[in-house]
Amino acid sequence: MPENCIYIARSSAIAARALAGEMMVMNSADSTFFTLNEVATAIFQAADGHTPLREIVREKICAQFDVDPEQAQADAEQFVAELSGHGVLIVSNQPLATEAP
Amino acid sequence: MAAPLKVACVEIGRVPIALSTCDDRFLDLLRQRYDGFLSSSPHEFELEFDLADTGPVSDDDVRVRREGDEWLLERGDFCARWNPRTGQGRVRQNANPYSLDSVLRILHSLILAERGGFLLHAASAICDGRAYLFSGVSGAGKTTMTRLAPADITLLTDEISYLRPSADGYAAYGTPFAGELARAGENCAAPVSALFFLEQGPENRVDELTSAEAVRRLMRNILFFAEDHGLMEKLLATACDFVARVPIRRLTFYPDSRVWELVRNFDRDFERNLDRNSPGVPEHA
Repeated sequence: MPENCIYIARSSAIAARALAGEMMVMNSADSTFFTLNEVATAIFQAADGHTPLREIVREKICAQFDVDPEQAQADAEQFVAELSGHGVLIVSNQPLATEAP
Repeated sequence: MAAPLKVACVEIGRVPIALSTCDDRFLDLLRQRYDGFLSSSPHEFELEFDLADTGPVSDDDVRVRREGDEWLLERGDFCARWNPRTGQGRVRQNANPYSLDSVLRILHSLILAERGGFLLHAASAICDGRAYLFSGVSGAGKTTMTRLAPADITLLTDEISYLRPSADGYAAYGTPFAGELARAGENCAAPVSALFFLEQGPENRVDELTSAEAVRRLMRNILFFAEDHGLMEKLLATACDFVARVPIRRLTFYPDSRVWELVRNFDRDFERNLDRNSPGVPEHA
């Protein structure tokens, strides 16, 4: 899948809550629990299903954090792969409809 | 003609539930088991018990899910349906008291989740008018803490703590759900002063936890069985609120009675630290 065609959306099976600057995410399907740092939270919150991941990294990460763009893209892809493996994010090479809970 | 239903009302955490059965021996069993929690209050919910030969008790296979308007609670040894709108339900189980405890715990977990409270796998006790909670994995020391408690401590439970939001934080209520101590808690309540996650070690010490770690540990120890996304969202919101309003610490303790001095002094030390960190208050005032 070409990098610039990755679209991500939050799963409807998750519950998320921000506390003390961190995002807490729980998958209600298997009760796995994740804590997201500031950068990961920015990606998670921007996962609307129709903004390409590369654009999210450019607009939400590189514009707001002091990071190397290529490293940021690689880290974002790794983060997305990990969370999609746990069913927290849905990944596609086409725009996704955000799942209604 | 069927025998008439007889009712005992059991009130835990200010939630009176009428338990009805035609079986006199089962009625005696539940009256004995929940002695101290029997109530004459008008019941808010009702469960009718239908005794039958069911499977053996097992904690592994419990399922709690919505089926239409009703909650369906299933395990090898019981099957229950409860309608939260009417407040009424039916339970099919054998006369095993452990099955009875499990059904009641699940029902309370559902009621509490809607009301911003929860059941926590934790011992709790009242010390100087304030409740302290001790949570952790099996073997972490919940029962040990209750065994080490001085005589003036009131035991709320050595196994399942009952927590509800209150005007100034959260309140802990006694429960009849006993663990290794095999002793029901006292039927009383107090405002929660702190939650400690227990670890045994060579010395007594209290360490702070980050908010994220506190929520993670809290969620791991909340009793919640429902396969329901909406209720899970509410529970996570409640856990975050609890962490924001109640001090949560890791308590490493050496198992002797001195650990209770640390607990007893926690409020005083906590207030002192708050004063020290408060802007406008001289550090050495």
